[in-house]
Amino acid sequence: MFDFIMGKYNYWFYIALMMIGFYAMIGKRNLIKKIIGMNIFQTAIILFYVSIAFKKGAATLPILEHAHGHDVHAIEASSYINPLPHVLMLTAIVVMVATLGVALAIAIKIYRRYGTLEEDEIIEAMK
Amino acid sequence: MIDQLPVLTIIIPLVFAFITPLLGWWKERFCYPWVLLSLSLCMICSVFVLFRVISTGTIHYYLGNWTPPWGIEYVIDHLNALMLVIITVTALLVAVYSKKSLEQEIPEKIVYFYTVFLLQVVGFMGIVVTGDMFNLYVFLEITSLTGYALIAVGEDGAPLASFRYIIMGTVGACFYLLGVGYLYIATGSLNIADLSSLLPGLYSSKVILVAFAFFFVGIAIKMALFPLHVWLPDAYTKAPSAASALIAPLMTKISVYVMIRVMFTVFNPSFTIDMLPIADIMVGLGIFAIMAGAIMALAQTDFKRMLCYIVIAEIGYMVGGTGLANAIAMKGVILHILNDTIMTLGLFTVAGIIAYQLSGHRLSDFRDLFKKMPFTMAAFVVTALSIIGVPPTCGFFSKWYLIQGAVIAHCWMFVVALLFSSLINIILFFRIFEIGYGFRESGEAHGHGGEKALISEAPMTMLIPTIVTALLIILIGIYNQPIITNIIRFAVPAL
Repeated sequence: MFDFIMGKYNYWFYIALMMIGFYAMIGKRNLIKKIIGMNIFQTAIILFYVSIAFKKGAATLPILEHAHGHDVHAIEASSYINPLPHVLMLTAIVVMVATLGVALAIAIKIYRRYGTLEEDEIIEAMK
Repeated sequence: MIDQLPVLTIIIPLVFAFITPLLGWWKERFCYPWVLLSLSLCMICSVFVLFRVISTGTIHYYLGNWTPPWGIEYVIDHLNALMLVIITVTALLVAVYSKKSLEQEIPEKIVYFYTVFLLQVVGFMGIVVTGDMFNLYVFLEITSLTGYALIAVGEDGAPLASFRYIIMGTVGACFYLLGVGYLYIATGSLNIADLSSLLPGLYSSKVILVAFAFFFVGIAIKMALFPLHVWLPDAYTKAPSAASALIAPLMTKISVYVMIRVMFTVFNPSFTIDMLPIADIMVGLGIFAIMAGAIMALAQTDFKRMLCYIVIAEIGYMVGGTGLANAIAMKGVILHILNDTIMTLGLFTVAGIIAYQLSGHRLSDFRDLFKKMPFTMAAFVVTALSIIGVPPTCGFFSKWYLIQGAVIAHCWMFVVALLFSSLINIILFFRIFEIGYGFRESGEAHGHGGEKALISEAPMTMLIPTIVTALLIILIGIYNQPIITNIIRFAVPAL
């Protein structure tokens, strides 16, 4: 049981973070808290992607080991950490920032119109 | 040049979108012809692509000449090519239509509206042409982000509706991204063709099952499948007329396209249909969506909101039809993607015209409209008959295939749901016709001594796209057989 948890701790962390974000998105009534929850949710996925790139054994960063001035030049897939998920996450971070920007802009628009960011008060004001 | 057509369909609106704000900064009135030019070019490209696919088969385009599975690949087969034409035609019609309604609704934001509008078309096209799972996610988010922005500039209450859509839509997109991650763990590939050859050996793995579940739920949120539809009615009702005429027909249908891709191209039917109980679940969800959409549409007093629930019911048709999992039902589903896009476009353009002329879209605003706006209402009647499913219009044929597929699959509940929803649609639309003709007050009108309402039609730029849409509905209905034998027959996955 202990091994089951500790052996895959990266996944447990990502699930825990994701659930925290999910709870904030659903449970909180304040729009800014919802946005923060959304951000945590997306960050959890980025963490998940970054952690799946890791390889057991002597895997390192290819840039450090195979740089100029080092002897080793052969590229062995098992000897370096998979860079692809990291690169994917650069794109996902851009998407995340864009989503955050749009969400905040809309929150500002809501605040200017209703003078509050509490969902209950906004719904009350809309009636 | 001809080899570059697949990528040009994306690049043209993208480049034009970036130039739009500069052009608008210089002379605002040039934006409208600029957008029309860009979408016309885009449409010409997509029609060429469609004919090329019909004559030579699937097109593969390697971006930057990187061969797959390492590089990003654009794959265009019959299904994509059809979707491309649907998107560009719809976008062009909406762009023509948008001028007057934007000048009335959001006069100071026209330039930015057109920029985001073109970017959204880029997103739609990208989702359809790409052959890479992660690239699809990026385009899905481009589409959603631009959609949030377009919805948020609408009438009072639109920002909150858009905010809710952001929260729901982000959950959907993140689930999709997680699904991609799980597939990547198991296979180490992101290319759709590569995945479909690698996955069959791994179908017993739990990772793959989880990935599939994430895909399904994520896409179901994006397409507003019934229990996950809550963001849709508010968002589409409160969006500006031009935005809802673009987003409502396309967003949901493209999500259905993604679902078909994931189920039958990334995974193969032996997994999705034979190993998982997902087909039965989809039929069940489809039936629920049809019933719930129809009943909730009946309860609405706002025209645009009623249309939103009709869209939800139509999504039920397509999801349920996919769940029936036989070739005839799939033909119906793909034909219905085409038909429903055009029908929804017709309904939302009519809603926009009514909002433009009467500054409201409640059902009671339809009073005496048949006298005031005969051409608009003629187009509306054609569209409404098509939604109901009356033979010469296109709505009948896809419904016919769906019912035939349901009978072959012995799924009688789905047949009942389809007929039930058709009956409800009859009530919905004939109620509007009744208000429009003013039968209720006919006695009163005589009392006034032949008082006639003057014809006050919508401006030509709004009227022409609406009438073209109505004509398309009839033409697709009449020429449905050539469309099926030349395009859709090849798009149906081997079941």
